Amino acid sequence: MNATIQKPLTAEAAANGAPILEMRGISQVFPGVRALDGVSIALYPGQVTALIGENGAGKSTLVKILTGIYRPTEGEILIDGKPVRFATAQGAVDHGVTAIHQETVLFDELTVAENIFLGHAPRGRFGRIDWGQMKARAADLLASLEAPIDPDIRLKDLSIAQRHLVAIARALSIEARIVIMDEPTAALSRKEIDDLFRIVENLKASGKAVLFISHKFDEVYEIAENFVVFRDGRSVGAGRLKETPQDAIVRLMVGRDVKDAFPKIAVTPGAPVLEVKRYTHPTEFRDISFTLHKGEILGVYGLIGAGRSELAQALFGITRPSGGSLALEGRDVTIASPRDAIAAGIVYVPEERGRHGLALPMPIYQNMTLPSLARTSRQGFLRASEEFALARTYAERLDLRAAALSVPVGTLSGGNQQKVVIGKWLATKPKVIILDEPTKGIDIGSKAAVHGFISELAAEGLSIIMISSELPEVLGMADRVMVMKEGLMAGLFDRDGLTPETLVRAATGNA
Amino acid sequence: MARFLKRRETLLFLIIALMVAGFATRAAGFASPDNLGRIFNDTAILIILALAQMVVILTKAIDLSVAANLAFTGMAIAMVNAAFPAVPLPVLVLAAIAIGAALGAINGFLVWRLEIPPIVVTLGTLTIYRGMAFVLSGGAWVNAHQMTPTFLDVPRSVVLGLPVLSWCAIAVVVFIAALLRYSPFGRAAYAAGGNPVAAVYAGINVGRTRYLAFVLSGALAGLSSYLWVSRYAVAYVDIANGFELDSVAACVIGGVAIAGGVGTVVGTVLGALFLGVIKNALPVIGISPFTQMAISGSVIILAVLFNARRERTRGRIILRDRAAAPRSQELAA
Repeated sequence: MNATIQKPLTAEAAANGAPILEMRGISQVFPGVRALDGVSIALYPGQVTALIGENGAGKSTLVKILTGIYRPTEGEILIDGKPVRFATAQGAVDHGVTAIHQETVLFDELTVAENIFLGHAPRGRFGRIDWGQMKARAADLLASLEAPIDPDIRLKDLSIAQRHLVAIARALSIEARIVIMDEPTAALSRKEIDDLFRIVENLKASGKAVLFISHKFDEVYEIAENFVVFRDGRSVGAGRLKETPQDAIVRLMVGRDVKDAFPKIAVTPGAPVLEVKRYTHPTEFRDISFTLHKGEILGVYGLIGAGRSELAQALFGITRPSGGSLALEGRDVTIASPRDAIAAGIVYVPEERGRHGLALPMPIYQNMTLPSLARTSRQGFLRASEEFALARTYAERLDLRAAALSVPVGTLSGGNQQKVVIGKWLATKPKVIILDEPTKGIDIGSKAAVHGFISELAAEGLSIIMISSELPEVLGMADRVMVMKEGLMAGLFDRDGLTPETLVRAATGNA
Repeated sequence: MARFLKRRETLLFLIIALMVAGFATRAAGFASPDNLGRIFNDTAILIILALAQMVVILTKAIDLSVAANLAFTGMAIAMVNAAFPAVPLPVLVLAAIAIGAALGAINGFLVWRLEIPPIVVTLGTLTIYRGMAFVLSGGAWVNAHQMTPTFLDVPRSVVLGLPVLSWCAIAVVVFIAALLRYSPFGRAAYAAGGNPVAAVYAGINVGRTRYLAFVLSGALAGLSSYLWVSRYAVAYVDIANGFELDSVAACVIGGVAIAGGVGTVVGTVLGALFLGVIKNALPVIGISPFTQMAISGSVIILAVLFNARRERTRGRIILRDRAAAPRSQELAA
């Protein structure tokens, strides 16, 4: 916590002239979570500012505030020194702010010209849309980007790089002065990235301020002048990239005292439980091999899109692999459906617990026993008493707070819903449990409780695969860490002597 | 107690009781046990079809073909009865259930295996099944005099104070209630509608659950077909035309969520009885059938409005989730 360099923004401002846009002391609070905590950021005309941070640092929340999707709980936004409020997304557009997202949010079924001018089409007499002018202006904009795209074709027929160009043309069409690029290069080839960067240089030359969000340090150094680092919803450092070595930024991203905060119980991993050999999915990952031992916590680290959740879903039978094999306690098994996985003793606690985890209208006890119905029923008849008994066991164990086990899960708080999801999977008495981002969306206090619980489970002999994007969590909890990058294994590391820098380098491929 | 009063079923029951009391002031004898029994008997087929519909809706689907299924199956067994009077009644009833179930299985198969949206599938089969009834009969009617006395009399015969038709509805109510409460299929139906993704993650085959719901719905439509043809003593292509909408309406009034996963047998039965009481009462107090239709329609919209308001309290939690969901995407960035 101590090694953060918090440069005062005013000093920076002196070096850069007046910022177009400034955010001061912005906080965003969701029920139970503080996603942003007093962050400040300034964007200058003709300059690119890189926003850097781990997954979950609060970058996208900031983007949503800037584009008028969230209204910040605290703090103010100034444009040209005047405070503004974005009541709606259109409000942000009216103030000249536009965003180009990772997965561009445009309309597949509309034409390029319609996408560019949606909401502000040139009007003719009686307010009718002037199609001729719209197409001509779209063609002009695309030409200025040196993008050979026909304004009449539908968006769905374009490549991702071309869609980015359309999004940029849209940004230009509304005469945006502030352009946010949220991981624009994630799905682009090197050549497409070069083309994109040339356009960014043009944007700079025309005096626009660009906020560039990326994981990739080489790109950041290539295109940006300034940087801001976010960690756990706070801005922990800002400055000029020219004067800042990459190591310093990695330290800012990660920088905290890690291991001691985690109540990991020392466990000597036992016999192999799950052996994964050259597991391969048609599109998402390839040649993943590892062995998970009894009582072991295997951390899986990587960037978003590295294929970690996809691997978990394949191990759980949601998708089917195209190659490789699994052995559970020495016996080969085939997992073709979640039912197979549950029967074999592999369970998966998904990342999106609301969407994938619970049927909200159903009572707590029915949610808890849903994967265990074979055990709580007899001769094809459900037995409510057995179900309540099973649910009560895990409700007590997890300290679930609810008026009664018969109330709908939807009436519980987020933390208690999470307990129902975990209880539901523990009740199947699994051998292997896959936890996908187990502490995502939980406040710091509850995180410690979840970590303590995971540790206890491992001590009881459960084998755990813990997918996590949070370095301290991975470093503090895991006995070994597998790093995935673009669907491949980028390394398998032992706990001893493992540094955050090693993991970040393996995951980003920056040796 | 407060929770009991707040329950929709209680409220619906009180409304029906008030309605009956109100109509009784205008038409003497409306609230007499005899007349109430008659109303129940009149509503028996709607109760059966509404329960069939409810099971399908619970799984986040809809079956618009129930009435067309009834028309085709009813025509088929009426023609068999007319042509081969020797075929015993139990065989005919079982055949009706089997034919209905087969038609339901076609719906289910299209929804499960070809992944066509249920509303499209059953809108299509609605037309097809009624068309088949026409092809089968050549547009001809099967009239009372062509049917055997047993075929016509059994649903009317009174056992323990109630006609067999009423007992059929009661049996179906008990069967569906038990099925939903005690069978893994029932639980799977609620889970499949409540959150299909979570159901898949819990090892439930959502497609198969929907398929079974359609088969059940078809089988009940088949059973209803015999009851209908026998009760009205006639079979022709257009019988029960539009009845599928009544079955959906009964569900909606009874608190079944069109989005799936929410609904009770008691609620649906009360929803059907509500429609039955209105249908029986309005002519008694001298209101024309057209006004009747307008009143029924208004009630349905009110019920949906009521549902929507109730959903909103739950919606808050969903909204909270949604506040967390973009956050999860943010964590992803």
